[in-house]
Amino acid sequence: MIELRDITIRSGPFSLTNVGLSIPENTYAVLMGGTGQGKTTILEAICGLRPVTGGRVLLDGNDITCWKPGDRGVGYVPQDLALFPMMTVRGHLEFALRVRHWSAAMIAERVAELAHVLGIESLLSRHVTNLSGGESQRVALGRALSFRPRVLLMDEPLNALDEVTRDRLCELLRSVQKQTGLTTLHVTHSRVEARNLAEKFFVLESGQLREQPLTQLNPQPTENAKP
Amino acid sequence: MTTNPGEPEGVSPRTATDAVDVRGLTPSGSPRFAHRAGSDVPFFVVMWGLGGSFIVLIIAMLAADLAFTSPKHFAAALSKPEIQRAVQLTLVSCSISALLSIWVATPLGYLLSRFSFRGRWLIDTLIDIPVVLPPLVIGLSLLILFHLPLGDTNLERIMQEAFGLRVTYAEPAVVLAQFSVACAFAVQTMRVTFDQIDTRAEQVALTLGCRRSRVFLEIALPQAWRGIVAALTIAWARSLGEFGPILVFAGATRMRTEVLSTTVFLELSVGQLEAAVAVSLLMVLAAMAVLGVVRLLGTKVVR
Repeated sequence: MIELRDITIRSGPFSLTNVGLSIPENTYAVLMGGTGQGKTTILEAICGLRPVTGGRVLLDGNDITCWKPGDRGVGYVPQDLALFPMMTVRGHLEFALRVRHWSAAMIAERVAELAHVLGIESLLSRHVTNLSGGESQRVALGRALSFRPRVLLMDEPLNALDEVTRDRLCELLRSVQKQTGLTTLHVTHSRVEARNLAEKFFVLESGQLREQPLTQLNPQPTENAKP
Repeated sequence: MTTNPGEPEGVSPRTATDAVDVRGLTPSGSPRFAHRAGSDVPFFVVMWGLGGSFIVLIIAMLAADLAFTSPKHFAAALSKPEIQRAVQLTLVSCSISALLSIWVATPLGYLLSRFSFRGRWLIDTLIDIPVVLPPLVIGLSLLILFHLPLGDTNLERIMQEAFGLRVTYAEPAVVLAQFSVACAFAVQTMRVTFDQIDTRAEQVALTLGCRRSRVFLEIALPQAWRGIVAALTIAWARSLGEFGPILVFAGATRMRTEVLSTTVFLELSVGQLEAAVAVSLLMVLAAMAVLGVVRLLGTKVVR
């Protein structure tokens, strides 16, 4: 369960005031909004990378507003992926587990499981610098899921991918969420993505974050006209 | 395939008319193609002419040194026990001061690059002081620091009593004098290095549950390899060239605190120009060897 209560964030000239949001357990929520509206800022506030100047952040009922990012148990897939340039794919999947002092056997088991689910078994010993866009996305997703987080935050994870890869990853995200029952917040620009995935739908516009009915996502005449 | 408005072949009547029209307006040498960007030769002549003058100066200086000296002078200079000892001390002291510089500059560069805090501008300014000060002043300041009365003792005496280490006018003073300047350059290099590394990966690592120390050691440091090698080179080269602070703080005692830069000065002051030049060339060779080896190593480490 993710809850934002009257969150205020200021950074330079940019500010978001009194933003509220509530995503129930086991729900796939999609957040849309124009560029520069602060969608990424909201994700960063939830995972603790952006200090909030007012309001509360709650995860599963715990007030985590002042917690360190590492204590929050939030899996985060940033827009730029931010993979670790000097690490192998396996290193990415192992990283959070080594931090948690898992045993070697448990780590190996978890990595094999993740690699199987994400379809990246053949990439495990590769370095991340020469992966394709879709492969990098899977690695970033695997890294975020590795330590069984309480919630998953994804910032435009399917951006800049070709359509086939995007559909495949969309499918993957849905099945992962079904399997894990993970509360997920997915930021996107794409209505199609939102329509495919959303169980709850939020729009951030002019500093206002509002839940909208899923019917808003139904195909619109202009969209159908597209080739 | 794109259509070129200038080529009328195989197109509809309308485009053909356009093309004819175009042709009519722009026979060869007509106004449309009259403009020519012109030659780039003057650009390169001027740029290379100005920039190259510096390269010529360096080559000319080295060539003059080489012309002045002969293998005999080299052999003569290198056979002197004082100079052998100076070579030894130079290699050891430069390496120690370069390693110390990296040891200090890496954490300081990281802190200054990643965190903003009150008074950071002051630290920035302080670090630049050894860079802009006359080297002599640094030597003098070190001398004063070690001999300023602290109650009934001073830093020099404390070092001697606690560690049995004589600093002033001894080998440790050489290293400390070199370190004081070399470290400032190393910090600048490391700071720029970390500035150029994207912080996003480190932020994500924080969300994965690790402490800052682990983020630094496992994410930031491996990416900073090239910068560390560069800072090490710069610190080593600065240490090699250090003279003023060593002269003041460590003295120029033969067989004791004499490094190669001191040797050049000492030989020159007794009129042994040939030996001074031979030692100078030796320093050039040492510097080039270190720069070359470290650069080679640096690129290999990263690739």
